[in-house]
Amino acid sequence: MSAAKPQNNRFSAVGNWLSALRQRGDAADARLLPESQLTGPMPWVIGIMIALTVVAAASGLALRNVATTASADLEGGVTVQIVSAAPAERNRQARSALAALRADPDVLDAAPVAQDALNALVEPWLGTRPGDDIEALPIPAMIDVRLRQSATPARIAALRARIVAVAQAARIDAQAGWLAPVFGAINALQWLASGLITLLALATIAAVLLASRNALSNHRETIEVVHMLGGTDRQIARVFQRSMAFDAAVGGLAGLVLGVITITALGRQFAPLGSGMIGSAVLGWLDWALIALIPLLGVALAVLTARLTVLAALRRML
Amino acid sequence: MSHPESEIVQFDNVGLRYGTDKEVLTDVSFTLFPGCFYFLTGASGAGKTSLLKLLYLSQRPSRGLIRMFGTDAITLPRGRLPGFRRRIGVVFQDFRLVSHLSAFDNVALPLRVAGVIEREITKPVTDMLEWVGLGDRLGARPATLSGGEQQRVAIARAVIARPDILVADEPTGNVDPDMALKLLRLFESLNRLGTTVVVATHDAHLIRNVPESLIMRLDRGRLSDPTGALRYPPRRSPPAARLDMKNQ
Repeated sequence: MSAAKPQNNRFSAVGNWLSALRQRGDAADARLLPESQLTGPMPWVIGIMIALTVVAAASGLALRNVATTASADLEGGVTVQIVSAAPAERNRQARSALAALRADPDVLDAAPVAQDALNALVEPWLGTRPGDDIEALPIPAMIDVRLRQSATPARIAALRARIVAVAQAARIDAQAGWLAPVFGAINALQWLASGLITLLALATIAAVLLASRNALSNHRETIEVVHMLGGTDRQIARVFQRSMAFDAAVGGLAGLVLGVITITALGRQFAPLGSGMIGSAVLGWLDWALIALIPLLGVALAVLTARLTVLAALRRML
Repeated sequence: MSHPESEIVQFDNVGLRYGTDKEVLTDVSFTLFPGCFYFLTGASGAGKTSLLKLLYLSQRPSRGLIRMFGTDAITLPRGRLPGFRRRIGVVFQDFRLVSHLSAFDNVALPLRVAGVIEREITKPVTDMLEWVGLGDRLGARPATLSGGEQQRVAIARAVIARPDILVADEPTGNVDPDMALKLLRLFESLNRLGTTVVVATHDAHLIRNVPESLIMRLDRGRLSDPTGALRYPPRRSPPAARLDMKNQ
């Protein structure tokens, strides 16, 4: 018992401090209603909402970064393939196309993809068992081209006309075109993240609205007395606002911590997957700043909802 | 000796019905003058509490005209109601103390609502509670107080802000005769300072103790004023002069 007492005192001290913090502000309003009983489990509800919002927002921002990085990498990228079954003719046309590309003013850089690299690309499908003759396969010769400007359809068409003149077997494609379905999927996921955030915000509004109405109903008698003593709607609404702001701040902070832990853990899980697009799914400082704003926006949303709900309900009372 | 300058409350052909039921108040007309003391009497169900609700602006009438402090109280915008209510002290029949607040905080409530700063609240509230015999129960919650103690807290809350009108619904119903008389003296003191007092009661003894009072009798929702004293009260000296006379 003696060991428990100091701990109880500590809890009591924390409780008193939280109570004092909650009642800071206009002293005239502070004791109109028992603020500790106004919003019930709202810190938990808001904490969960904020944590989910943080994860959804982080996912959306990481996907945006993936799309942005990939777009930048592929913006001026063009692949020229020389599709010919005859190795000698294929090599001749490849050399001609390379020379034409390097002489082209629209081309920043053109480099042939080495045969070893091409072999490595097809190796997982064709194997490397002794006796396999990859060299004998009619794999197209490929040239990686970087244009000075983005690879628009018009530029691709003009380049195709110039290259086909010297290499009839040439096929020219914008690299971004290969990844169009991936960009489409990323875009859809970003919309999904935005939709989730919107739904979470609506769910938060609904939860605050119900909690406020419930609190108003529970304290209707006291509110009527305060009205009869000359209390204004704003004075009463301020009590609810302050209580909701406190609960939302506590819940928001807890939700932010939980959300950050979750996205950090997810990041560690995805990191070993390697390079490429996943490697660019990282959050910058601006992204972290936006994520840090989420609890503040949550508090603002909760306070505004509580205020409007309470004022609307009070207006129906005399 | 002069007649009070103007009416503080005027009811003109006021009717009140709840929902589609028959009227609980019918054609009620009277005038309350500043500094007068009124007793509202009548059998149970006569409409006393309904009339008081109209007086403390908790209810709007179904018909008729109510003027308070020179303003039409029926068309009064909702935003102006708090200002009017702060001029009215109310002792509810069921006390309506705020359960989570101590006796001190309950009595301080009208002052806090009116924006009085904390350091100007402590002394008058403590003095008031001491005066009603609850100086040692400042921190007590209503649930720990007896019916009589709760009633005294309710009365202290109603008078602490020195209202222009005090409306009390059976204010001495739960206290012993000595305390009832003491509370009546408090109402009279307030009345001498200019507050118009309206007390609903069944207690004939109480009424006899305020000989200058005017009687409002309700009978099945109708107010009787056989002598016309409610519309044309006898001339009285103004509150300040009466106070001076008493002091001499």
